[in-house]
Amino acid sequence: MNFLNHTLNHVIVTGMVFLPLAGILALLLARGDRAVRWVALAFTTATFLLSLHLPFHWDSASGGFQFLQRHPWIPAFHIQYLVGVDGLSLWLSVLTTFLSVIGVLVSWRSIQKNTKAFFILLLLLETGMLGVFCSLDLFLFYTFWEITLVPMAFLIGIWGHERRLYAAMKFFLYTMAGSVLMLGCILWLYNLTGTFDFLAIKAGLASGAFALSSSTELWLFLGFFIAFAIKVPLFPFHTWLPDAHVEAPTAGSVLLAGVLLKMGPYGMLRFNLGLFPHAARECSAAIVVLGLIGIVYGALVAFVQPNMKKLVAYSSVSHMGFIMVGVFTFSLIGTQGAVYQMLNHGISTGGLFILVGMLYERRHTFELKEYGGIATVMPIYAAFFVWMVMSSVGLPLLNGFVGEFLIMVGTFTAAVAHAHVYAMVAATGVIVGALYLLHWTRSTIWGELANAKNKLLQDVDGRELFVLATLALLTLFMGIASPYFLNKTEATVKAGVAAFQPAPTLSAHLAARPTPTLAARGGAQ
Amino acid sequence: MDLHLWIIPLLCFTGFALNLAGGRRWSNRVAGAVGVGFPALAFAYALWVVAQWPALAHPYLEVHRAWVQAGALTIPFGFQLDQLSLVMLLIVTGVGLLIHIYSLGYMAHEGGFYRFFALLNVFMFFMLTLVLANNYLLMFIGWEGVGFASYMLIGFYFHKDSASRAGMKAFVVNRIGDFGFLIGLFYIFSRFGTFEFSRLFPQVERLPVEAGWGGPLTVIALLLFVGATGKSAQIPLYVWLPDAMEGPTPVSALIHAATMVTAGVYMVARSAAIYDRAPQALEVVLAVGALTALFAASIGLLQRDIKKVLAYSTISQLGYMFMACGAAVYGAGVFHLMTHAFFKGLLFLGAGSVIHAMGGEQDMWKIRAGAPGGLRKYAPVTFATFLIATCAISGIPFFSGFYSKDKILYEVLTSGHGSPLWWGVGTLAALMTSFYMFRALFVTFFADPAGHKAAAKPQAGHGDGHGHGPHESPAVMTVPLMILGVLALIGGYIGIGDRFEHFLDPVFATGVPALPIHPIAGGEMTVSLLSVGVALLGLLLAWVFYLKRPELPDQLAASLGGLYQLIFNKYWIDELYGAAITRPLAAFSRVVLWRGVDVGLIDGAVNGVGYAARGAGDGLRRQASGNIRSYATWVALGAAAVLIYMLWGGPRV
Repeated sequence: MNFLNHTLNHVIVTGMVFLPLAGILALLLARGDRAVRWVALAFTTATFLLSLHLPFHWDSASGGFQFLQRHPWIPAFHIQYLVGVDGLSLWLSVLTTFLSVIGVLVSWRSIQKNTKAFFILLLLLETGMLGVFCSLDLFLFYTFWEITLVPMAFLIGIWGHERRLYAAMKFFLYTMAGSVLMLGCILWLYNLTGTFDFLAIKAGLASGAFALSSSTELWLFLGFFIAFAIKVPLFPFHTWLPDAHVEAPTAGSVLLAGVLLKMGPYGMLRFNLGLFPHAARECSAAIVVLGLIGIVYGALVAFVQPNMKKLVAYSSVSHMGFIMVGVFTFSLIGTQGAVYQMLNHGISTGGLFILVGMLYERRHTFELKEYGGIATVMPIYAAFFVWMVMSSVGLPLLNGFVGEFLIMVGTFTAAVAHAHVYAMVAATGVIVGALYLLHWTRSTIWGELANAKNKLLQDVDGRELFVLATLALLTLFMGIASPYFLNKTEATVKAGVAAFQPAPTLSAHLAARPTPTLAARGGAQ
Repeated sequence: MDLHLWIIPLLCFTGFALNLAGGRRWSNRVAGAVGVGFPALAFAYALWVVAQWPALAHPYLEVHRAWVQAGALTIPFGFQLDQLSLVMLLIVTGVGLLIHIYSLGYMAHEGGFYRFFALLNVFMFFMLTLVLANNYLLMFIGWEGVGFASYMLIGFYFHKDSASRAGMKAFVVNRIGDFGFLIGLFYIFSRFGTFEFSRLFPQVERLPVEAGWGGPLTVIALLLFVGATGKSAQIPLYVWLPDAMEGPTPVSALIHAATMVTAGVYMVARSAAIYDRAPQALEVVLAVGALTALFAASIGLLQRDIKKVLAYSTISQLGYMFMACGAAVYGAGVFHLMTHAFFKGLLFLGAGSVIHAMGGEQDMWKIRAGAPGGLRKYAPVTFATFLIATCAISGIPFFSGFYSKDKILYEVLTSGHGSPLWWGVGTLAALMTSFYMFRALFVTFFADPAGHKAAAKPQAGHGDGHGHGPHESPAVMTVPLMILGVLALIGGYIGIGDRFEHFLDPVFATGVPALPIHPIAGGEMTVSLLSVGVALLGLLLAWVFYLKRPELPDQLAASLGGLYQLIFNKYWIDELYGAAITRPLAAFSRVVLWRGVDVGLIDGAVNGVGYAARGAGDGLRRQASGNIRSYATWVALGAAAVLIYMLWGGPRV
């Protein structure tokens, strides 16, 4: 048993990342839509179960990477296959495998054309997302990053709604623009350090073995940052998101909001803060302000949307703004909150998109004015609707509150200038958040059932009930048992923010930094 | 001794969960049994807890596992029982249970029976969490949770647009208050590093009384009070409570009179250690309480809807409770909180019984017209209990409200934190209270003296099988009325000789020496006599206006002109908020932020860049064609570029 565990620990990450690819092979052999769906469900479920190995065998005391696996890949360029998981990527990986199962379930009936291709892309996307969270080689990371881009663009472009091509193109180009910058920075960094090995680069930068001039660090920081900021999306890089969401099929929206957006803050925490702490500190005020603008702006724009999918999309801008504030105020509590909020947003917003999708499947419109009084004909649906809205609005005992509260209290007590003002502006989010979410609730499920087209709508069926109940129970569990999740991330987060704590040693370190001229190639040689 | 206090809220949660899961398939009988059974168990458990009280350490604490844990921040699921939470526990479970029983009758013919009880149960769960919490954040769970239950129950008749709007308004306005509460909590944590009362208050008690406005405790106290003005409907955030009358009447009784709206008072009283050291904040609490008491009472004078009268009356009475807190005599505030739970709960249930009797009519003049000869003849129990409650709220001697309100007015006049000005305001509000309550009583239950409407036919009933004229409610409704009637009558006696306040003293003994009092000639008796005087004057005026000389009100209204219009239209505060805040915000969001900045500026720029690039060359246009081969080409080209760069520019190791 021990031997088995040991072996499993060694290959678990690889197994998890590539099991969906094996699923694609199986899908190619599958005959008929029915078989295709079941195969996809089987493989996503198996991947999810496999990913649960990680938290169950987690060493909470360790802030470093666990389940590491390292192989040379392209030795000529020092490119390795290097994967592993730390507190930052642990739950994001599990979130990915979980939402992939949900993604298959919500596509069960709604995807009727090119079913096989759809699920192949979905599984490819899953591998890409997991690879992003688990790769510790920059080249490998970039490869997976790009892999996520293509299937999502196709999911939108082929199975999307009326303006799907425009949205897919916009999504692709927007993200590509950021990716190109990041690729440039990765290559630059390789040029400076001679390696793609994240662990080696980080250790080298921290120890001073590689030193970057201030301006080099700043440019590298910005290159990575813009790629991630587009992904978040941070105001003002967000305008691709509403279009992408409106056009995407439900599963696409769920994975886009639930996982792809998380690649932004994840990348910032991993690379921007992990590799370029000084530049991060320098830019933090501007980024926090953009995050705060996002919180209020996203909520207010969501409030006036006539299209419910756009409403939820803008709500993401608002919620992700919270995460930005938590990340760039560098406090342990706030960063823990941000990490938690990434999971919460994945569950809650995923749930909201699923609810929107269920209405769309019945009525083929997202227009708010087409609805109203839905609770009369779909009472069970309405109950889940209210539940997920309350999760999103941050009702205590559901998940959203814990994350938002930790971010705000962490920000308030953070050792940065204007911390109090930041927290207060963020806290206005609790008002405007209630405003748009309850406005949406009121105009969709409450009120008179005036539209004749809605009078015969069927309430949720067994499959839909299963999906919604699973998500609802999860929001409750995460709302009351947050220590179960956060205890496993704390060591990593603590190590991560340690570089940002205003201790005398840090200023001494800053003063002692070598003059910023080093040609970095020397560092590697 | 382990009390397992957590069981009490969890019992109510169980009722909620069962009805949520199974209520749809159950008969009303089963759903009702579950919905009432669990609060009954909670009440029984609370009584058992009371029986253990003498053997307990005070305060009794039980701390379970952590709810939230990050760095230095630990928030446990922890419960605390001291004198204050004991009183609240009994009010919430006791009055709550009576209102649950009453609802069996009131809601018997409404749709969504199980939903109603599920929500009422979840409200009890959150309210009990609020009063039993051992730390501010767990209290905040309850605080937000009761807000959620309130939102759902105000909007219970969700097909009515006005109901769903009222629910949303309540939630959002409360969130404005919560904004202040939250920031107060941040300050508490950053200053003291804990939210737990038993760790926090000892630290606070070592600090001196602050002199100015800028001290940390003053800031915290003011921010917490912002939260209290939301939940307890004080100026300027009271506007949600009158609209909340859209909910079924038992909800108004339980949530919007007896329990939830008093949460702000409870929170301020709970924070006595902070407020005692923040005299400026106390002054604000006193002023806001007194002004709200007067302001809301004045609006109550002219309301025609019986529930609206009671709603403004509740706002006004909550103002009295805050006056007591502002005078740093929290015990008197909690005393009034308790008697108010009895008599206002009773008034709402009585109003519900009237509405039930009149087939849904809420306009007092129409009720009068629909019950020839006076409703009191058709519904004697309702009338008798309503009369008791009216006497209690008006401060007629020997009724419960007399003792608590009198106590507050005396303290406001004589306490070192009080002043004659606010006492005068409170006394004027008391006059108005007596007037509008007896006005409501006379108009609702007594025949129109003019008699010209006596010929009108009695209103039709519910159309559900017992659609006859005005009638008394069934026993399941009148028995709770009678029990509350007894409490509203005698509930004040436990305060005689300040016994109630002395019981609470340990909670409010925060180590700040009381300021010297302003002695007055004759002591408390002088104040009492004056209070009784205004109560009787109000009664007399109402009698003259609405029974003796019914033409007087119209004449007076005509002679007052603008002032009458101002008050009748509730000072146009809702219209003001709408014109100054709500509509501009929506218009700004739509026109400037969305169409202007988002679609116009940002996306315009993005698309501009995109189109420019597309126009720049044939190759790029093909790139935008959306076909797979062109993507593949681009990916391949990109990969080639990377390889070339690495071969030529990369490090040679």
